[in-house]
Amino acid sequence: MSVRLTTRQVGDVTVIDAVGRITLGEGSSAFRDTVRDLVAKGNKRVLVNLAEVSYIDSSGIGELVSAFTTVANQGGTLKLLNLGKRVQDLLQITKLYTVFEVHEDEAAAVRTFA
Amino acid sequence: MAEWQGAETKILESTLDSVDRAETMVLERARVLGFDEGDLQELGIAVRECMVNAVVHGNRYNVKKSVRLCLDSAPDRFTVTITDQGNGFELHAVPDPLADENILRQSGRGILLVQAFMDEFEVRTLDPSGTEVRLVKYRRAKTEQE
Repeated sequence: MSVRLTTRQVGDVTVIDAVGRITLGEGSSAFRDTVRDLVAKGNKRVLVNLAEVSYIDSSGIGELVSAFTTVANQGGTLKLLNLGKRVQDLLQITKLYTVFEVHEDEAAAVRTFA
Repeated sequence: MAEWQGAETKILESTLDSVDRAETMVLERARVLGFDEGDLQELGIAVRECMVNAVVHGNRYNVKKSVRLCLDSAPDRFTVTITDQGNGFELHAVPDPLADENILRQSGRGILLVQAFMDEFEVRTLDPSGTEVRLVKYRRAKTEQE
């Protein structure tokens, strides 16, 4: 299974719920398209919920980084929510923990955008 | 329990479907060999990264070129060898993805993940062309508590 992405609004924060695998091909391009679409519509506060992401490869990591810079370049902020152990490990290995703001509680994460 | 020893080789097309096929084949064999879920995830990612390198960067999706996948298991190790027919690459020429100036680059982290997840990782440029990568995961003896 590739990734399934749904977006919802919590106050002025857009939450992307990702389910499945973010890997080279459909998964990574779907994620890229979703983020670009949000930014084009003026959404500048983005929270990516990775609780149901079972698997992510270097291409998927690259898309997360690209999404982060895309949103930042528009004056916005992208944060991550609910990382599984494997995704946490990947962010540690790649030192991206120093780049992303990561949260475990959605309500608390949304408040940090204020 | 009897287990699957020895070598098996498959020739795969230069497509992204082959990346999925290779991952499936490796994980099927690794499960039989008794690797745990953590090891399986690591093997899966490492194989995907190397297959993507072979298909995308090595063979550049060229339908006339193929990727050779060889699985070989021994009592102490599981070895996966992936060979493409591309122009080869120098491992030391890959930019360090952990350097501050590269941390926000979109690509270039595949080799780092492979090195982190495998017990041995070797890259060899073939003559006249092609790259062979050898991935090894050690099989650890189970303890009484496991």
